Amino acid sequence: MDLTLNLALFYAFAAVLVIAALGVVSVKNSVHAALLLVLTFVTSAALWLLMQAEFLAIALVLVYVGAVMVLFLFVVMMLDINTEPLREGFIRYLPVGIGVAVVMLAEMIGLIGVKSLATPAPIDPAGASNTAWLGNALFSNFLLPFETAAVILTVAVIAAIMLTLRKRVNTKYENPSWQVSVQAKDRVRIVKMASATKEAAAP
Amino acid sequence: MITLAHFIVLGAVLFCISVAGIFINRKNIIILLMAIELMLLAVNMNFVAFSRYLGDASGQVFVFFILTVAAAESAIGLAILVVLFRNRATINVGELDELKG
Repeated sequence: MDLTLNLALFYAFAAVLVIAALGVVSVKNSVHAALLLVLTFVTSAALWLLMQAEFLAIALVLVYVGAVMVLFLFVVMMLDINTEPLREGFIRYLPVGIGVAVVMLAEMIGLIGVKSLATPAPIDPAGASNTAWLGNALFSNFLLPFETAAVILTVAVIAAIMLTLRKRVNTKYENPSWQVSVQAKDRVRIVKMASATKEAAAP
Repeated sequence: MITLAHFIVLGAVLFCISVAGIFINRKNIIILLMAIELMLLAVNMNFVAFSRYLGDASGQVFVFFILTVAAAESAIGLAILVVLFRNRATINVGELDELKG
């Protein structure tokens, strides 16, 4: 791709990203904030595509836009929140927030050398895709952390369910341990009874 | 030509925006969680940029793990938020003072 077009695309995406991020922290409505956060994630996925990190860009869209932000939207819409008291102190803390952010930004940009790396490292010389490159690292050097991540996700799912589970009275349910230990004789009861005989023929 | 500095400065800007967001939205716990997600995104941006410009796969593997842990974090955080709202009928951080010593 043309390099100037690349740079123009970078500036366009960066502008959208920064504006959307500013919107997330400053809009009044939480639903709008969540939607702007979706825009932020999609834009940064586009930036990662520009960096040729294709796998992570797609994973970001799938995991964040597809799962986490939907969860956020569900929770925001489920809770009936009065936003007025939540906004108090917004104006009061605005100068402090901006001041801290500007100072931090100045410090960080001061640390970033002007002569930093200008050219990206060559894409894998063997011609493997980004996904294969990442998968090779993930399943060789990072196998144990990968499995730990799986355990963390399982624990998180169970914890989230257990936290929000609510015991209700008057609900009908089956006891699973009885259900799996059921035997054939519990299901069908065979009753011995005298067979019906035909009545004597009417005279 | 996009240099490494472009991406790092963008990450720094994103991080500072989310820090400012935590300062100015200190009552609304949902916006606080969103600001934390933004911070993680800024960190991920740096990781991906360094991984790309140094040609090292470890950075992108770390982003993968950060995505995992962030998803778990937001799931549990939102579950706690739902339970909190059920019990207190508020998500105002200023009113959550039951653990005061």
